[in-house]
Amino acid sequence: MIAIFVRDVTLAVRAGGGFGLALAFFLIVVVLVPFGVGPDVAVLSRIAPGILWVAALLACLLSLDRIFALDAEDGSLALLATAPVPLEGVVLAKAAAHWVTTGVPLTLAAPVLGFVLNLAPGGYPWLVVSLAVGTPALSLIGAFGAALTVGLRRGGLLMSLLVLPLYVPVLIFGAEVVRRGAEGLAPAVPLAMLAGIAAGCAALMPFATAAALRITLR
Amino acid sequence: MSGLRVRDLAVARGGVVVLEGVSFDVAPGSALILRGPNGIGKTTLLRTLAGLQPPVSGRIEGAGAAAYAGHADGVKAALSVAENLSFWARLHGVEVPDAVLARFGLTGLGQRLAGTLSAGQARRLGLARVAVVGGGVALLDEPTVSLDTGSVARFARWLTDVHLAGGGIAVIASHVDPAIAAPTLDLWGYRAGAGAVAASDGAFL
Repeated sequence: MIAIFVRDVTLAVRAGGGFGLALAFFLIVVVLVPFGVGPDVAVLSRIAPGILWVAALLACLLSLDRIFALDAEDGSLALLATAPVPLEGVVLAKAAAHWVTTGVPLTLAAPVLGFVLNLAPGGYPWLVVSLAVGTPALSLIGAFGAALTVGLRRGGLLMSLLVLPLYVPVLIFGAEVVRRGAEGLAPAVPLAMLAGIAAGCAALMPFATAAALRITLR
Repeated sequence: MSGLRVRDLAVARGGVVVLEGVSFDVAPGSALILRGPNGIGKTTLLRTLAGLQPPVSGRIEGAGAAAYAGHADGVKAALSVAENLSFWARLHGVEVPDAVLARFGLTGLGQRLAGTLSAGQARRLGLARVAVVGGGVALLDEPTVSLDTGSVARFARWLTDVHLAGGGIAVIASHVDPAIAAPTLDLWGYRAGAGAVAASDGAFL
């Protein structure tokens, strides 16, 4: 499992791995918003939590199809499935590698971009915490969507349609954590809900994803 | 190890049964070559033996530790030859034997990115992967495609001198003569009758 994780991270940061893609997309969306809505700092600061979370979610979505599609193309996926490692473990390692190459950079870049959107000072720590807790769930749910569509040519659209509804609870609670933090309210309840979703995804999604892979591999 | 036993196996591709009643034994230290025209179901049979898809009916015994090599080599273009091999070795919990690069004619290519290899070199890397992960049963789908005659001979030497001599089993699907002495099984006699349809795919129901 560690071998798969190391390989996927290595592949992502090498040329053509798409490591910077999600980060660049996140940056572009967030930087463009102030141009679109105008320089009113009160408006920007009110919509900042939502914009940051929506942008992070879409950036995550952008790189999902790489999780399994590249391995399916060159035949590695069938070889991984016949290796003496449970397919659930393969899924978990690949989702973890996806998180490290997209979720972690997004989380680290978010405070800088919060500044661009005039996020209230109280929101910064909760922005980092909510993304750190929420992005693993995005990677795990995304791996499930990617596994369902891995056998399809150009399955990206179908995958987005399958995955986006499942992302909505993460988005609602994640943005709520930041909003409450920014307004000086206690963010414990939405944060607990977000952590619950992430823990539930970590427990269940590897099994669902492995089952989907076994069917698409046939 | 008790060898590979296949009894009355039926396999399906895309919901259509392509082979039925397939039975054979392969003893430890011996190989079997599958023959038959395109579309007869050689790949489907190998994938079923590898556990990638369930059989429609019948039994497979002794295919537990199978090393499967399909049409695609599973080679990552952005990793070097040595990194590709050591990844699979780590995944299978084994070491990369020093001799493996020389045995498949990859000496001096260890640090090259696999994306820069020719088709034949990539195929040799794919076969070297099978040699590294070893396993009792090697399931090889057209292993000699895009290999030159020297490489075919090297592959045959590895198969007989190392794999089979070590008590391994090999099931090889091939159109061309892979240059090893082994019994052949012509799958033409096992083709399923027209209209034999597998039960609808229950996995999604």
